[in-house]
Amino acid sequence: MKGSMKLTLKVWRQKNTQSYGRLETYKISDVSPDMSFLEMMDVLNEELIRKGEEPVAFDHDCREGVCGMCSMYINGRAHGPKSGTTTCQLHMRSFKDGDTIVVEPWRAKAFPVLRDLVVNRSAFDRIIQKGGFVSVDTGSAPDANIIPVPKPMAEKAMDAAACIGCGACVAACKNASAMLFVSAKISQLSLLPQGKVEASARVQKMVAQMDAEGFGNCTNTGACSAECPKEISQENIARMNREFMVAKLTSDLEA
Amino acid sequence: MKLDAKIPSGSISEKWSKHKFNLKLVNPANKRKFEIIVVGSGLAGASAAATLAELGYKVKCFCFQDSPRRAHSIAAQGGINAAKNYPNDGDSVYRLFYDTIKGGDYRAREANVHRLAEVSVNIIDQCVAQGVPFAREYGGHLDNRSFGGAQVSRTFYSRGMTGQQLLLGAYSALSRQIGLGNVQMFSRTEMLDVVLVEGQTRGIITRNLVTGAIERHAAHAVCLATGGYGNVFYLSTNARGSNVTATWRAHKKGALFGNPCFTQIHPTCIPVSGDHQSKLTLMSESLRNDGRVWVPKTKGDNRRPEDIPEAERDYYLERIYPSFGNLVPRDVASRKAKEMCDAGRGVGTSGLAVFLDFGEAINRLGEKAVKQKYGNLFDMYHQITGENPYKTPMRIYPAVHYTMGGLWVDYNLMTTIPGLYALGEANFSDHGANRLGASALMQGLADGYFVIPYTIGDYLASSNLPIVKTDHPAFVEAENQVKDRIHKLLSIKGKLTVNEIHRQLGKIMWDYCGMARSAEGLTHARKLIQDLKQDFWTNVNVPGSDADLNQALEHAGRLADFLELGELMVVDALERNESCGGHFRTEYQTPENEALRDDDDYCYVAAWEYQGDNQPEVLHKEELVFENVKLTQRSYK
Repeated sequence: MKGSMKLTLKVWRQKNTQSYGRLETYKISDVSPDMSFLEMMDVLNEELIRKGEEPVAFDHDCREGVCGMCSMYINGRAHGPKSGTTTCQLHMRSFKDGDTIVVEPWRAKAFPVLRDLVVNRSAFDRIIQKGGFVSVDTGSAPDANIIPVPKPMAEKAMDAAACIGCGACVAACKNASAMLFVSAKISQLSLLPQGKVEASARVQKMVAQMDAEGFGNCTNTGACSAECPKEISQENIARMNREFMVAKLTSDLEA
Repeated sequence: MKLDAKIPSGSISEKWSKHKFNLKLVNPANKRKFEIIVVGSGLAGASAAATLAELGYKVKCFCFQDSPRRAHSIAAQGGINAAKNYPNDGDSVYRLFYDTIKGGDYRAREANVHRLAEVSVNIIDQCVAQGVPFAREYGGHLDNRSFGGAQVSRTFYSRGMTGQQLLLGAYSALSRQIGLGNVQMFSRTEMLDVVLVEGQTRGIITRNLVTGAIERHAAHAVCLATGGYGNVFYLSTNARGSNVTATWRAHKKGALFGNPCFTQIHPTCIPVSGDHQSKLTLMSESLRNDGRVWVPKTKGDNRRPEDIPEAERDYYLERIYPSFGNLVPRDVASRKAKEMCDAGRGVGTSGLAVFLDFGEAINRLGEKAVKQKYGNLFDMYHQITGENPYKTPMRIYPAVHYTMGGLWVDYNLMTTIPGLYALGEANFSDHGANRLGASALMQGLADGYFVIPYTIGDYLASSNLPIVKTDHPAFVEAENQVKDRIHKLLSIKGKLTVNEIHRQLGKIMWDYCGMARSAEGLTHARKLIQDLKQDFWTNVNVPGSDADLNQALEHAGRLADFLELGELMVVDALERNESCGGHFRTEYQTPENEALRDDDDYCYVAAWEYQGDNQPEVLHKEELVFENVKLTQRSYK
């Protein structure tokens, strides 16, 4: 199918973490409304390569909205204009012929730019490494049905566990806070009986690492939840705060 | 070369227990002296790295993505099989074993499959203990659903995100070990070669994808858990980064490649919408539990589906296969969709689609119940196509999804190179010629959590492994080869982009080595691939430098390997003069157009040995012996 839209793109170009970046303007035509945003970027990159220029580096992998790798800040919104959608699932039918689209990387102190639109999100991994798990070695698990879990709790845990770790919450937050990401994992595990045992130690360690990475605090603007492609609820932040307070009050007993 | 699968003796149900007892152990104090490299961080890689570290080994784990949590296992939607028999509907380890062997069209190794069925129950226990949120009944117990190729409900699931939840479980176990300092994690790092010393695997060469630095890593054993090679078709349901490079480089160093032509074409994917398409999206097979597949009875009927009355619809799977209906195995469902479209009864603008209709399920269960079961899949469909599947039937078409072929491994998951293991989709072992739904997650985790931790110890305990450092000449030589190749790719400066050539390769593979294959087409395809490979090495344009983050360079290296693999797939498909599972040769079919196996001549694993650039590979055969299951014509009628 031949495309029909013409667009102006202003794309962030930056050689590496140390260098300065700037917005470059590109014209692109023959964009089909059925293309995904990343497929439109593919077309741009093919043109750049043919012209002897370097293509725009951007993170992407599964292109079905679940790996959490794509991370574009489009027209001032994390993952673009549609709610509950990752950039890879955003289609060009959400834009109009003649539009100018500004594409930037996630911006946060804890997510340094590596090149163009690619940022380093390893801070998230380090937070999980501090406590985003149940300490159970392989082979030591009892039968799966031995502890019944009330369905409503299981469902809530699953809602929180839908987080894909893309970092849109941080990018959307004026404080670059990672509270939504961290609280989603803390909620998932503290709602399930398997995770309860370590709940107190977990919340303290993960929050400490979150602070050490340079993420900001939460001021309850709700931008994180509004821009989250998996629509993770702010309720998780409230649950984390409660867990944190209880843990601090009782921390001489545990961990 | 004589292939020895090292299948233990004894009855099928005792083989694994006996084998575990006979394996040598590494004493706890000695484990920390052994270094193990795990390449890949999907279900197989993350579970292996975590478990080996828990045992006390020093582990290094590598992935090309920015975090181990991104691996493509995450995209599996539908579920994971386990012979728990919680629904009390007649399931057992033996039945899961039997269904898997039959589903694979009798081209898998009995002993491996039985072990897989045995450990399936432990996987569910382990995942629940990790805090993986599975679907539950109101009583708080785990829920099950049914999947293609089975008549029992043995599939555990987490809405439509089972792969994500299982992967994040394995990732959490891995993260715990990283935090404890037992695993050293290398993200944004790609393996580009294995290093052999005195015939043993002693390390790998990697490229740091951010700085371009080429690095050497020494170890006592290496596990490749790098997934499948579906992206040889360019368009597939795989992630864009999924590639064959690690296993292909191992193949070129001497590891035999098993059944390369066995590819799974998944029946329920969103159809191609245009030339710009960069990947295909799968809709979970679980949809076939409640969705009914149909096409119009009349050729060229292009009315809207709502306007076509019941009497003029052909629910062809229910008609042809009354006992399995819409839940026939994937290869059968895919082939039938193709037949319908080839007969001119396909739907949508391209005519390359069939309907998957939830109208009846919505009437029966209500929209709310359907939403609860499949909500996120319906949303995804809506987002991609702009159509609302609650109101109008989905349009689906088959797409490349999984590769049953992979590195040949013995019962211990070791390749033909000592100390080199292949886990999960990267090996060939458990799914024969067709994989059943919800079995990939099971196999990845079985290999990583419950098989490799036992078998690798036997190798480490019984082998003589002298100290090898990264300044050994074998490392120097491997590193130089890797660098030369990168420089070659960057120096061609031709006219074609990497993507263009990849697209062409994909088209050749899909047209001639896809759902239907013939000797004539395959012979033609082989020539086309050879020409394309020539084009690639003389006329590709890879921009940028090797000392930066350079995604075009990454893609070029992977495509170079796909071009070689593509030819081997065609050769393998040409050599196998029968139809079985996903391998359908048009010359070999029953009068009802089903796959016609030739058990007298082709009941073997085809394992190919690399002979050097542009040299024909040599075929070795591992005869498959069926002592428990009787080979029959698969029937789902």
